[in-house]
Amino acid sequence: MSTLAAQRPPSRAESWALGATGLAALFGLWTLLAISGVVPAQFLPTPWAVAQRFVELTHTPFTGYTIQQHLASSVQRYLLGFGLAAVIGVPLGLAMGWFRWLDDIVTPLFEAIRFVAPIAWVPFAALWFGTGIGGPTLIIFMGAFPPALVNAYRGARFVEPRLIEAAQTLGAGDWRIIAQVLLPASVPSIVAGLRISAGLGWQSLVGAELIVASSGIGYLIVKGQSNISTSTVMAGMVAIGIVGFAIDVALRRVEARIHARRGQ
Amino acid sequence: MSAIVFEGVKRVFQRDGRDFPTLDGIDLTVAEREFVAIVGPSGCGKTTCLRMVAGLEFPTHGKVTVGGATVDAPGPDRAVVFQQFALFPWKTVAENIEFGLKSKGVANGTRSETIARFVELMGLQGYESAFPHQLSGGMQQRVAIARAYALDPAVLLMDEPFGALDAQTRTVMQEELVRIARTNPRTVLFITHAVEEAVYLADRVVVMTRRPGRIREIVDVASVRRSEHWDRHERIEEVMDQASFVHLRTHIWKLLREQQRPNEH
Repeated sequence: MSTLAAQRPPSRAESWALGATGLAALFGLWTLLAISGVVPAQFLPTPWAVAQRFVELTHTPFTGYTIQQHLASSVQRYLLGFGLAAVIGVPLGLAMGWFRWLDDIVTPLFEAIRFVAPIAWVPFAALWFGTGIGGPTLIIFMGAFPPALVNAYRGARFVEPRLIEAAQTLGAGDWRIIAQVLLPASVPSIVAGLRISAGLGWQSLVGAELIVASSGIGYLIVKGQSNISTSTVMAGMVAIGIVGFAIDVALRRVEARIHARRGQ
Repeated sequence: MSAIVFEGVKRVFQRDGRDFPTLDGIDLTVAEREFVAIVGPSGCGKTTCLRMVAGLEFPTHGKVTVGGATVDAPGPDRAVVFQQFALFPWKTVAENIEFGLKSKGVANGTRSETIARFVELMGLQGYESAFPHQLSGGMQQRVAIARAYALDPAVLLMDEPFGALDAQTRTVMQEELVRIARTNPRTVLFITHAVEEAVYLADRVVVMTRRPGRIREIVDVASVRRSEHWDRHERIEEVMDQASFVHLRTHIWKLLREQQRPNEH
């Protein structure tokens, strides 16, 4: 058995080719199943039926909005939920990494709450914040918050002690150490955490919109389901996949840029 | 007021419920503006002594005072130069030097003046906006020394500052430290395991025993330096050629040799 390290890594072109092969295989299988009649069309639409429906949704409103408008309201909720998770999670994580008393207060609460799936907050999200922007935002926040906090906390705890000692002997107080030593030293860990947050947040968003929302991609999928329009459901899934992929690519770029700037 | 006083300092580590003494009764006074080097075998607790003055560790018994006040926390009045430089990798040379000045609340204009002065003193011109990873080890340690000196600390604590440098760079840095120490005299506690370095730099050399560390002997170098006019020599190798230097060095070597365990060579 060859180990991972002993394998010759595929070249860039080979990687692309392999990726394309995987996609082609998926679409091929899908097309085969759909047109052969093995699976009826109302259970599995053909790829071009989905593409056609997707294009149609861009100019014909479905449940009151075009797919772009659904996507826009999803992205708006997402940015709000993810943004709040980052803005609260990262500083709190860093502060917990520095102040032991804060760590002692927050950790038990956090450990209990983070195992509750974001979807479990749906009833309260709807009850407290409604189905507009607030409810889904809470659910996204619940999905995105834990990795943002945990990675900032771990980053802060694993900062080289000599850098902290250097800062202390140079007269830095608690807040200066958090902002000027723990934060920059933890950037790689924080960004890795935010990438996980972004993914979980986007997944939670769609789950949330399936239940509490009156617009958005998740809502479009639910309505597609109740209209027995599988091509609409599939078009919604494609939109989710594309946006999710775009978010990850964007964050990977940010991560690469940060690593390049630090000469790592 | 910047004299350092160790009064009956003991330090005990506890592991698995057992006591491991690392320092066993240190009494030492470093006078204001005196340069004292501590040499001793590995693990004798010399670095612990320095860290207790810095406020990064604390004695189990006895006390450490600086300027009459018991040390209870780190502070910019006691700047530390670490062996591994400990520069902030995400800050430029100028920003590293600026860090302590900002913490101290020094005004913006004064800060830039101070940075410029120490950049020049340490020969770092042209590297102000370089990041530490772009510099050689010797350059990085110059930045660390500039960062410490820029705070205008009463006490300077140096923990094997040249230990990570190659022999040539080390020699240059030792000569520079002598030059800076002459123009900006400070109370200095300097930890090293290099005997020549200690004799070349220090007014007094404290020789420690192996663990648990005690003071074996305090060797007065300053009086010999004065009477033998070492200062007339510009270069370190010329000073090291002096019979009086060789004599002191050999004396300290013998004291350290005593501390070797029989199975060590």
